[in-house]
Amino acid sequence: MIEQLIVLTVLRGCLYSLLALGMSLIYGVGRIINLAHTAFFMLAAFGLYYLTSSLGWPMFASIAVAIVGIAALGLLVYRYLLDRIRQHGAAVLIVTVALAMAIQELMLKGFGSLPSSIEYVLEGRREILGIIVYDQQLLTVGVAAVVIVIVWLVLSKTKLGISIRATADDPEVASLMGISVSRTLMVTMAIGTGLAGVAAVLVAPLQGVIYYMWLAPLMMVLVIVVLGGLGSIKGSIIGAFIIALVEALVFTLMPTQAYLYTVAALTVMVVMLVVRPAGLFGTLFEEERL
Amino acid sequence: MLRRLLKDFRFGVLPVPGRLLAVVFFVFLFIFPVITSARYPLHVFNLIAIFAMFAVSWDLLSGYTGQVNFGHAIFFGAGGYASALLWQHLGWQPWATVPLGALIAACVGIVTCLPALRLRPPYLSLLTMAFPLILEEVLKSLPREIAGGHYGLRGFPLLTTSPAGEYYLILIVMTLSVLMMWKLTDAGSKYVRTGLIFHAIREDEIAARATGINTIRYKILAFAIGGFFAGLAGALYAHIFSAVGPAVFSMVNSFTIIIYVVFGGIVSIYGAVVGVYTLYPLVELLRATAISGYRFLIMTGLVILVLLFMPEGVAVWIRDKIERECPRCKLANGAWRKQCRACSAPLH
Repeated sequence: MIEQLIVLTVLRGCLYSLLALGMSLIYGVGRIINLAHTAFFMLAAFGLYYLTSSLGWPMFASIAVAIVGIAALGLLVYRYLLDRIRQHGAAVLIVTVALAMAIQELMLKGFGSLPSSIEYVLEGRREILGIIVYDQQLLTVGVAAVVIVIVWLVLSKTKLGISIRATADDPEVASLMGISVSRTLMVTMAIGTGLAGVAAVLVAPLQGVIYYMWLAPLMMVLVIVVLGGLGSIKGSIIGAFIIALVEALVFTLMPTQAYLYTVAALTVMVVMLVVRPAGLFGTLFEEERL
Repeated sequence: MLRRLLKDFRFGVLPVPGRLLAVVFFVFLFIFPVITSARYPLHVFNLIAIFAMFAVSWDLLSGYTGQVNFGHAIFFGAGGYASALLWQHLGWQPWATVPLGALIAACVGIVTCLPALRLRPPYLSLLTMAFPLILEEVLKSLPREIAGGHYGLRGFPLLTTSPAGEYYLILIVMTLSVLMMWKLTDAGSKYVRTGLIFHAIREDEIAARATGINTIRYKILAFAIGGFFAGLAGALYAHIFSAVGPAVFSMVNSFTIIIYVVFGGIVSIYGAVVGVYTLYPLVELLRATAISGYRFLIMTGLVILVLLFMPEGVAVWIRDKIERECPRCKLANGAWRKQCRACSAPLH
């Protein structure tokens, strides 16, 4: 029981923290709520499916192409769509929603309404704490941990990271210090969608691909970034594991009503916002983040 | 009385192209059943009018007052469900259940805004998004006897039996509601202060509070008004289909009207109306053509393109092309004029 909870929480938490990290980064730096974030996640998963199944490429080449491709797409979307309308909050929101819906329609037209599956990278399974875990799931956890550490190091140690944090703090002062705000945002967007791509190639083999697979994660990721405090990196990772725990609790305690997991997560968010209006690590006023 | 109306028309409407267009448009809507009496176009126009009310109520709450609500469908659904449940359990007729449904939706508005009052904008949007989703799932998992469960409720009476009667009823309700919301948000009005106060709350809530406005009370009022008109739209929607299901609470329903409003022009009542009356018929027309499978793709593509080049919305963009505000007396003038029509200040 407890073991099952732990294993489920860690597995889902890693996926959610990868997704929430990207979402939180782009909100924190550009104040852009990118509702197409999980649509990029879906697009990367379908890209992987297309490359491996239809074109017959080897697995690792396809994974690399899917991740790099989705990051490049995020960069282009920022450069040609979002950059021009950054000042109009409502327009950004609608453009990202419209983009997500367009991607869903494209996937529905291109791949049909039935789910498709992708081969595992690692075959085999083992027993951990009395629970059977596939090697693919362990790979997910390992890669997610490594990627998160890399992102953290990039943000805290490199020059790029410093410019990203400076822009998040105060775009005007950052641009006075010679940082190009547009370019920083573009790179941030690429990192964010790239992280979504990493999450996609990790979980696509586990759960298959289908045209509406962006909707439920979007809800969960929004809950997570709000729970952790919008724009806070630390908050979104901790929030991801809290929400994963809630989801695991719903799955294990009431398996017949498992579809209520989004409701449980949303309820946690509502309670959180009533108790602490800025989330766990968010700031009510614009202070330093990270 | 009549003479005053004529005078208003001659000096207030005729010289301003935007207002003239609006009048022509409403005249067209009122004579539409004379042009065609086929059921289907009337039904489509009923739906458009209902969505126009729904969209304008979102604009009042989110555009004017700045309380960006991602879950406006909760009021729409509450209105529909309330009037359906009143019929099912008490057997009341539509003339009583529809207004009561709207009032119940207004109460839902007050209740949902209570936890939202102290939140900052992005958190408020995401919190309000959560409510209809929670309600939708809870409704689905309730047993069927209480509120229909997955299947929803059906079989309650239609508004009227004749299509033209239904059309005029909905059109008149829509026109009156839009006029009322337009007056309530009119910042230059001499009679109602709400418009000015809503603008003040959106622009700077702390400054508004410092000038002695009880912002909490006005935010609750905005939620109640927005909820009332959205609930009215929802109740009418339920009654023209004689059915209502949990899908009215879905995220798609909330976001569709946001797309309409932002497409037409946010913070302008006419923008919301223009958005609905452009995009909805467009999707309906595409349904009849060979590319009907791609109509949502076309709509989303169009929305993205339009917002890229006119981020303030189509209606506002067009108005800025055909009208010019006098720099001295702030009166609207046609764009072809060289001088203001009232104070003859040069327009540039």
